[in-house]
Amino acid sequence: MVARKHSLFDRTIIAPAVAESFKKLNPRSLLKNPVMFVTEVGAAITTFFIFFRVQDEAVSFTLQISLWLWFTVLFANFAEAMAEGRGKAQASELRKTRTRTIANRLNADGLTEKVAAEQLRKNDLVLISAGEVIPADGEILEGIATVDESAITGESAPVIREAGGDRSAVTGGTRVLSDRIKVRVTANPGESFLDRMISLVEGAQRQKTPNEIALTILLSALTIIFLVVIMTLKIFGLYSGTSFSITVLVALLVCLIPTTIGGLLSAIGIAGIDRMVQKNVLAMSGRAVEAAGDVDVLLLDKTGTITLGDRQATEFIPAAGVPAQELADAAQLASLADETPEGRSIVVLAKQYGLRGRSISEMPHAAFITFSAQTRMSGVDIDGRQIRKGAADAISEFVGSAFPAEVQQAVDTIARAGGTPLVVADTDRPLGVIYLKDIVKGGLKDRFDRFRAMGIKTIMITGDNRLTAAAIAQEAGIDDFIAEARPEDKLALIRREQAAGHLVAMTGDGTNDAPALAQADVGVAMNTGTQAAKEAGNMVDLDSNPTKLLEVVEIGKQLLITRGALTTFSIANDVAKYFAIIPAMLIILFPVIQPLNIMRLQSPGSAILSAVIFNALIIIALIPLALRGVRFRPLGAAMLLRRNLLMYGLGGLVAPFIGIKIIDVLITALHLV
Amino acid sequence: MDVYGWVQLILFTGILLACTRPMGVYLVSVLDADGKTFLDPMARPLEQLLYRLAGIDSKSEQTWKQYAVSLCLFSLVSLLFTYAILRLQHLLPLNPQGFGPVSPDLAFNTAVSFTTNTNWQSYGGESTMSYFSQMVGLTFHNFLSAASGIAVAAALVRGIARHSAKTIGNFWVDIIRTNLYLLLPLCLIYSLFLAVIDTAINGQAAGTQIIAQGPMASQAAIKMLGTNGGGFMNANAAHPFENPTPLSNFIQMLSIFLIPSGLTYYLGRMVRNQRHGWIVWGSMLLLFLAAFLVCWWAEAAGNPRLQALGVDPLGGNMEGKEVRFGIFNSALFATVTTDASCGAVNAMHDSLTPLGGLVPLFNIQLGEIIFGGVGSGLYGMLVFVVLAVFLCGLMVGRTPEYLGKKIEAYDVKMSVLTVLILIFSILGFTAWAAASSWGLTGIANKGPHGLSELLYAYSSGTGNNGSAFGDASGQVFYDYTNTGPGRQPGTKEANPCKRREPPCL
Repeated sequence: MVARKHSLFDRTIIAPAVAESFKKLNPRSLLKNPVMFVTEVGAAITTFFIFFRVQDEAVSFTLQISLWLWFTVLFANFAEAMAEGRGKAQASELRKTRTRTIANRLNADGLTEKVAAEQLRKNDLVLISAGEVIPADGEILEGIATVDESAITGESAPVIREAGGDRSAVTGGTRVLSDRIKVRVTANPGESFLDRMISLVEGAQRQKTPNEIALTILLSALTIIFLVVIMTLKIFGLYSGTSFSITVLVALLVCLIPTTIGGLLSAIGIAGIDRMVQKNVLAMSGRAVEAAGDVDVLLLDKTGTITLGDRQATEFIPAAGVPAQELADAAQLASLADETPEGRSIVVLAKQYGLRGRSISEMPHAAFITFSAQTRMSGVDIDGRQIRKGAADAISEFVGSAFPAEVQQAVDTIARAGGTPLVVADTDRPLGVIYLKDIVKGGLKDRFDRFRAMGIKTIMITGDNRLTAAAIAQEAGIDDFIAEARPEDKLALIRREQAAGHLVAMTGDGTNDAPALAQADVGVAMNTGTQAAKEAGNMVDLDSNPTKLLEVVEIGKQLLITRGALTTFSIANDVAKYFAIIPAMLIILFPVIQPLNIMRLQSPGSAILSAVIFNALIIIALIPLALRGVRFRPLGAAMLLRRNLLMYGLGGLVAPFIGIKIIDVLITALHLV
Repeated sequence: MDVYGWVQLILFTGILLACTRPMGVYLVSVLDADGKTFLDPMARPLEQLLYRLAGIDSKSEQTWKQYAVSLCLFSLVSLLFTYAILRLQHLLPLNPQGFGPVSPDLAFNTAVSFTTNTNWQSYGGESTMSYFSQMVGLTFHNFLSAASGIAVAAALVRGIARHSAKTIGNFWVDIIRTNLYLLLPLCLIYSLFLAVIDTAINGQAAGTQIIAQGPMASQAAIKMLGTNGGGFMNANAAHPFENPTPLSNFIQMLSIFLIPSGLTYYLGRMVRNQRHGWIVWGSMLLLFLAAFLVCWWAEAAGNPRLQALGVDPLGGNMEGKEVRFGIFNSALFATVTTDASCGAVNAMHDSLTPLGGLVPLFNIQLGEIIFGGVGSGLYGMLVFVVLAVFLCGLMVGRTPEYLGKKIEAYDVKMSVLTVLILIFSILGFTAWAAASSWGLTGIANKGPHGLSELLYAYSSGTGNNGSAFGDASGQVFYDYTNTGPGRQPGTKEANPCKRREPPCL
């Protein structure tokens, strides 16, 4: 699947979203959002008073207030429908990956039977041959095959899947290119991770996350408070000898309850999941996305996450009296047949010494010695020379004498710095040392620095010895590391960090990672990993790029910050509305409050109408922000708080003063009141 | 707003700051069942004796449910005890004026009110209550309701500080230790001090005219320290016998804030984050200063209508104020007594200017959390801390966490419930009174000021403050007896203080 970014104003999304906004007016579906439900009830009440004139006020006023209240609800519905629409667009792209497939089911009697993929159930066995599409998620029991997974990952190079080990999982919708495999189905139709993801982005299965529930409680409480205020205000009005009209009271209520955040809350949540999908990460629940924002400890595997998977030759250190050229030449010869990434990197490095590329075919008489665990060296026999490269002790044995001092010293220095020394020898003469080094991925140090600024600790896990681990941790800017780690150490570490109150995120792909993935608060499984790992984690990275964990954390944080920022904005908005509506309601009764009438709106009617219109329009204005999320900046908590308070707190305070005033001028000019 | 005022304000704040740490450190020992204090040689045997007599195992701690049940039971029993004393005071000793039994509704109102630390007084103490009723029936509550407040705050702080513990301390141990090591010794010293500077402490009716006197200093001490506020005299701290000099006035104001201020330090110490304790203290101080400056400014500016008639504007608004305290000390006292849930008064709040009067009203409606009642101020403030941390946590992109504890749906629910109860009670009862004949007969003024009186009365009752706007509210509170059960012991701040406005002076 290649997630496509949708423009905010994609017409194919907007049109259905408009229709959906009206469908969502159904009170039963609105009930899950108390703030908007109260707004809708208010809109219904004012509508009622358009037709039953018990109040002494202009019909046009009641009508306009009523219309804008309905708009408020519609705008909030529209925000949600937009987010869902974008999710659905993603989902339909996900769906394209599943074509109607016929599967060869292996029955108990040993015969195969052709059935539709939808009929497959968990634990069914299927046979898949070259050219066929894999009908469901599953695990290979027998055989080895190359599989084209481009439909899911967008990566065109085929991958190898084989029974046993960490590469036994296959995904429905991918195609077997060669060989034949026997697969045990691991998911019922509609339950594969793709299905779960589709329903999640479509919003159908979306449950409120714990954090959303807490916020909804707070917003509901604010709503109840203002309900009590409005009801008692009516009585205090009567005591003071005036009868506030129901329309005005409803207008005041809707302006004071947090409609802005209430209307955008679910859109923000859906959009967060959506952004994960755009990064090719499938989150199993909204909760997982939120947890990603909370993570403060990252557990990173060294290999693949922090370093490129393989070591690279970076330097030739010749022995005394040996020209560098000669060492490079010997190293190249010894590595020509070595197809490991290390071997290839030696050939590449040798080219920098002015050697032309050579190919095996030029040397028909050469006998290449491949690496074996017993000899621990490889090389070539050519023209009577025996050129070898390998571990220091193996080569030492090969040449039959101790190394010269400077060679031994180079070997020790490289080992201490965390590298791997390879000694090159020509028959009985040591020529020098090749420095093989773990290459830290580019840009990581900056990124870890940013995480540190946000208070996130990074811990590297590696099977290497302490020396090597320390050197790499320092180079990559990692806070802490665990060397010589066994798989179970991960689980222990996660438990320890969680007991100390931290939330831990990690990536993993092997079956032995599964317990740790399940224990971690955010476990990102690689799509290339085993089915067990995928089921244990709560996210799957389709690109199988462990470094993506960092982006996952950023998206989670962005989701939480967006929610908090809009809540602050929404609550800060109230202040201006007090100054707009309260003087409008009371100034005739109590002329002494004139000093509070700082907004100087045209008339009480226009003041109230302007506030209601502003209240509705601000929802529309903030939809892009809700869907895109506020910009994420790697700052410390204090800085971030100060920034957001300034932008959304102060902004929320000031914006409505300006907005309401402008609307007031406009509607007066248009003679709407 | 003259220079003497500023000097006094700086002095007041400075001394409060200086007292906070020692008081907090002392509270840590007092509220630890094994804590060591310098009073151990004297109080320890007594403490052990009390435990033995009452059959309390001081080593065992309670879960929060057991703790809450203990608190409620204790409040209920002590409420009945006081009700009995008031009803039977004519049969009991120390009744030189020969007062008859207190009427059932007044006795109930008073018993509820003192048990909950509201100390609403719908009676004039010197003309209704015998010395015995005052000292045993009421002063007793001043100590115990204050101790309950401190106990609840301590239990809450322990709950926050402890991880994965099920227990939050032992209510009986807390209440006994608070009294033995904190309230009694402090009040002893404090009473002697007030007696020295001439607050009347005697029990004689002298001369040809009956001058109401009594053991005032002993009550003045606990009514302030325990933020109770129930005065011996009807006129409360405006009465020259209860509060004779500017010095006694200054000390009384300081003593209202003393324990609540120390509790913030206790919080910091217990959660091992002293900075947090000071931040809570700082927010309280900020709110206190802001509110006070508004009140002081409004009172000093005086009444523009009188000034239009040629009254010297420099005098400010002296209506309802004691000349010996003046504008500054009256405004400060009004702010302090409503910041805390004390409710003792030294001036007529009803006669404050509209903006000046808004300050006490605002303070009470905020929940009396600016230093606040002993204990209740701290736990009230912590509710707001939880809500603020929740919002701010969201803004920095983390699931909000307070001192290592996640703030989730349950915590938010409980916090907003506290706020909702205040809203329902204050606005609900005020609206009910404003719409009913019984409510309207209770108010002294018509129009907006009458509404303020009602609002103040129900804010004060809800917040367990006990001060009032005008004479009328005392009557309203009679009716409040009907709603008294809503304020039954243990339901809310266990520990408010209450007082009625002095009649015109």
